[in-house]
Order: sequence, then C-alpha cells, then structure tokens
Amino acid sequence: MTPTPPLANHLTETIRACNAAGDGAFMPFIVIGDPDLATSHVVVDALVAGGADVLEFGFPFSDPPADGPVIQAADLRALAAGTTPARCLQFIAEVRARHDHPIALLLYYNLVLQHGVDRFFADAAAAGVNAVLVADVPLEEAGPARDAAAKVAGICNVFIASELSTDARLAQVAAVAGGFLYAVSRVGITGEQRDVAAGLGAQLARFRAAVPLPTLVGFGISQPSHVAAAMAAGADGVISGSAVVRRIADHGVGTGRDLDTLRDAIHTFTAQMKAATRGAWLPPDI
Amino acid sequence: MQLDGKFGPYGGCFVSELLIPALEEMEAAWLDARQDPVFQARLTDLLQRWAGRPTPLYRAPALSAAVGCEVYLKREDLLHGGAHKTNNTIGQALLAKRMGRTHLIAETGAGQHGVATAMAGALLGLKVKVFMGAKDVARQQPNVRRMGLFGAEVVSVHSGSRSLKDAINETLRYWTETVAESFYVFGTVAGPHPYPSIVKDFQRIIGEEIKRDLLAETQRLPTAVMACVGGGSNAMGAFAEFIGDSEVQLIGVEPGGRGLDSGEHGATLIAGRPGCVHGSISYLLQDEVGQVQEAHSISAGLDYPGVGPEHAWLKDQGRARYVSATDAEALDAFTWLCRNEGILPALESSHAVAAALASAGQWQRDDVLVINLSGRGDKDLAHAIAALDARGAGGAQ
Ligand SMILES: Cc1ncc(COP(=O)(O)O)c(C=O)c1O
Repeated sequence: MTPTPPLANHLTETIRACNAAGDGAFMPFIVIGDPDLATSHVVVDALVAGGADVLEFGFPFSDPPADGPVIQAADLRALAAGTTPARCLQFIAEVRARHDHPIALLLYYNLVLQHGVDRFFADAAAAGVNAVLVADVPLEEAGPARDAAAKVAGICNVFIASELSTDARLAQVAAVAGGFLYAVSRVGITGEQRDVAAGLGAQLARFRAAVPLPTLVGFGISQPSHVAAAMAAGADGVISGSAVVRRIADHGVGTGRDLDTLRDAIHTFTAQMKAATRGAWLPPDI
Repeated sequence: MQLDGKFGPYGGCFVSELLIPALEEMEAAWLDARQDPVFQARLTDLLQRWAGRPTPLYRAPALSAAVGCEVYLKREDLLHGGAHKTNNTIGQALLAKRMGRTHLIAETGAGQHGVATAMAGALLGLKVKVFMGAKDVARQQPNVRRMGLFGAEVVSVHSGSRSLKDAINETLRYWTETVAESFYVFGTVAGPHPYPSIVKDFQRIIGEEIKRDLLAETQRLPTAVMACVGGGSNAMGAFAEFIGDSEVQLIGVEPGGRGLDSGEHGATLIAGRPGCVHGSISYLLQDEVGQVQEAHSISAGLDYPGVGPEHAWLKDQGRARYVSATDAEALDAFTWLCRNEGILPALESSHAVAAALASAGQWQRDDVLVINLSGRGDKDLAHAIAALDARGAGGAQ
C-alpha cells in the first residue's frame, strides 16, 4: 500500500477547511528573492499575518513568457540578487520552519530539468512544498513531472484550466492533477486587470463538474472586488500575484525602499483580499 | 496533438496550457494542407511568380579555386525579400488564412523574418505586428523601415537582453493575449511543436532544388552541404532532402562571435547543453542552474542562445556536424565574396562562406561542396562597414 500523500492533502484540505467555514482561500504569490531573500522573508510573514491561507512562490527565471511586466521585473530583481533554485529551496525550508501554511510553486521547466526532475520533486517535498505548477509543461509533456511527484510523498502537480479547455481535456487533467485546479480568469499572461471576465461562472461550473479538486481563480485578481466577483462566480479561492509583487516593487526596492511601509502595505492588502473571501463561498449546485 | 513533435529526446511542446488549443489547431491545419493539392498549388505559384523560385545553384569559380573543390552557392540571397525566410512566411501566412486568422505576429532578429512576414501579410491582406529586440532595431534599421513600408507595425522589445530571445518571449506573451485572432508566424525550426516540423516543411524546397539541379548538371550528389545555423531553418531546409543520403556530409556553421573561449558567441550546439526554452528541448546556452544566457554574434540573425531541436538530434546521432566561424572570420568572408564573386552575402550567410574558406585543402579536387547562401547583405551594409572601419580595414582600397 502506498501511503496517501499527507502534505498534498494538506493543501487541498486547507482550501476545503476555508470553504467549510464559508470562506474562500486566499493564495498570494511572490517571486522568491525579490528583491532579496531577507525581504522575501519579511513579505511572507506579512502575508501570513494578513491572513493568507496558502503561499505560492515563483523561482526567478531569465525567460518567463507566461508573465507580464510586473513579474518579469521581479524575476530580474531576484536574479540580480543571485537567487538560485538551491537558495529558493533553502528559503522555503526556512519558511516551513516558521509557518505550516501549504506552499505551491509556479516556475518554468528548465529550472526543474537542470536540477534533475526527480531530484527537484524530492528536494522540493523535503523543503516543504506541497504542489508544483510548471508554467510551460502542458498535459502533453507532464509525464516526467508526474512520475517524479509519484515517487515522493506529499507533493503533487497542479494544472491550469481556461475557457479554452475542452471537457475531454478537463477529464485528462482530472486524471493527473492534484492539490487544486488553477483556473485562469482570462486567457492571457499574468498582470493586473480592471474586471473579472463575465462568463466565469459557467466556466467554473464546468471545471467543478469535471475535476474533483478545489478551484482557485488566478491571473489579474488584484482588488477585493475581483475576489468578490470570482467567489460569486463559484471559485473555492483566489490567487493574486502581480498586485502583491507591485507592492514589493513600490516599497521594497530602490530609493522608495522602506520595510515598515512594505510590511504594512502587504499586510493591509492581504487582509482586504482575505476579507473579501469571507462568507463568500458558494457550495456547488447539486 | 496528433504528433508528439519529438526528435529523439528533443523537441516537444513546452508551452502554457493556454496555447495548446492554438497549436493543436495549427497542427491540424498543417497536416491537412500538406495533403491538399489546392493549397500546394497556390503555395507553389506564389513561390514561383511572386517570390522568384527556383533560386539558382551557381558554381562559384573563385570560391572553388580558393577552397580546392567544386563549390556551389545556393542563391537564396536572390529570393524575394532577400533571404530564405520568404519560403516559410508565405507558407505560414497561407495556413493562417486557412485557419481564418486576420493578424500575423512574428519575432525577428535580423529583421529578415519580420520583413518576410510583412511582405506575406501585405500580399494576403493580413495585418502584421513584428516584435524586435531594441538592440536589433538599432543595428538593422533598413529592415525596420522596410517592414514599415509593407504596412507592418514594429514593436521594439526592451525586456531582458533586448535581442531575439526576448522578442520571442514578447511575441509569445502577445500571442497568449490574442490567440483567437492572431497567428504566430515563427521564423525558424525551433519553438514548440508543430513549428520545427512546419518550418522544415516549408524550407525543404531549398534542398530539393539543390539535389535536382546538381543531379541535372553533374549527375551526382554533393559531398557536403554547408549552411549557417541561427535557429537552424536555412540549414534544415538545405539538409532535409539529404538526411537519408548518408554519403552526403551535413555541416552547420554556428556563430563563434568573439571566439568560443570568450564566452561571447552563439555556438549553441557546440558549447551549450540540453535545456528547455521557447517551447522545446534542445541545446541551449545556459548557466549551471538553467538561466538562459545571452548569445553574441556580429549578425543579428544568428544571435540566439537556442537552436532547433532536430539539429540537436542530428548532432547527437553524428548525422550532421557543427563548426563555428567568428565575427572576424565572417566579416572577412563577407568582403571576400564581394570582391571575388561579385556577391554581397548577408552576415549570417557569411559564416557559412567563412567555414568553407577555412576548410580549404580538406577536400578532393572533384568533391562538390554546396553552400546555402541564405541571404543578401544589403541589410548589413551600415553595420558591416562600421565594423570594417573600426578595425581599420577600410572598404575601398
Ligand atoms: C540571411 C539569414 N540567414 C540565416 C538566418 C538565421 O536563421 P536560420 O538559422 O533559421 O536560418 C537569418 C535570420 O534572420 C537570416 O536573415
């Protein structure tokens, strides 16, 4: 008997627990090492204090085609500070020692490949990672990552779904995905946006029916009103990246750098976003 | 996907899930168009009467004397647009029309692929937007202006290293945002499946014509086919027809930049190691953890840290061999060909000429070496003359 992966379930269970309380889960994203590792620790503590339920971390990469300018700039800052995948894993282990929040990764495949796919999943699990989304690995190429995740307890692969995902494709996702389903609210790259797309509700209903995992909505979620709209459309939680990273760029970098202001800005933003999830969870229609 | 797009361990389709539907649709349209005589007839007609195919296979007397064997130039420099790129852009633009797309988008390095896409867009009534690294915009001004004349919009890319790899990233981003209306015309045999196969398909006419014309003239196959390798499309186009002819040597010439030891080059197959960027696994210039490194070459079209996955597989199998020529050697070959053959080659193609000149003495007198002269050098005039002046060689003694 293979044991069920306790930590991967930890992620799914955390989201489900939020939902059971009537709330959505809030998952903020930062790039590790932006603008340096010490600042990332400060930011993580502020995210947790502000009420984040799950943490999502990116590893900086030189060529991120799924990301808009805000996250590209964060990657460049982190790389300029010498952030390597090994240091990112060390950072996660340090976060894990302070917080038991589930941790998801969003990164690009070459970093996984050069580390060694099996070794990457083993090292990530050992550091405390619960779920991995490789931005440039679609179902077609997911075999090695799936096999690697299966060899270690507590880690799983996350996949993306969008309005373009056919029901047949969603069924394939359901067969390999773990943790949660990453539903993109619009077909595009990461970045802030003004509104959440109309039609999200029908999409999420389709995802919910096809994939037995909680659905978190991401891409462009940058204000409490977006959170409310996503929750009203049937999300189990939301992901917010560029809006967090922009605050780091505003208060954590260069001449405007002031760690107290940064801490406050991150804490306040997280608390507002989390507040918008409270009581907003809609049970699925039977 | 109907095919996996793998070449041994290389290739594949490493893109965001969001691009998969578009790539699936493109693969289906391509597989269908390949079998469609109406599509093929239209493509052939445009290639012949609009673009000027077939291009000549020219026995170059001075080059033959200098290298010590029979040297032929495949004159892709005479193709409409000034480079082999037009073969591919007409093909992909016809596919875009077949798929009902109204916009073409493209990355460009030297500007040749951008120009060829702009021309195809003008021909077929499709709007064109071309992404070009800011560094390349500066060194390839004539092509920037040409794209404008054909009605294309040129977007200067300031992210990353501001050259071809960053132009590709930016085009991928824009494509992800506009995937319902735009068709990404990819410029070389790299990128996610099905691009390496589609671009090879549209470029293989180069090798088909070489084989046909050489057989007609000399009743034999070439001893070797030589071509410069940036992403690898002109080389793959020249090689494809000969891959099954094991007696024909296939030689790719990578940009050696300031020398392989300097770290400033674009010799991906020689000095890189396998990795994943821009949608496929292939050789890649990268640091030890997998961050992609900047390439360097005097020629913008070879200034790319990746390479098409099928070249990686040809290399590993020993079916093709890859050598390099430095910036200085390419510049020498550029002037040499002007003076001795009356042909102004693109700086990219000059790398292949340089490698041929460097191989002098290694051939039997009756060996036949075919060099794919991928493009003409008009676009490079300002840049090449500045480089020649800088080293004091002058241009006019
Ligand atoms: C004349 C010419 N040759 C070669 C290349 C390199 O591309 P590839 O290796 O795909 O043929 C370029 C690219 O811009 C070019 O303009």
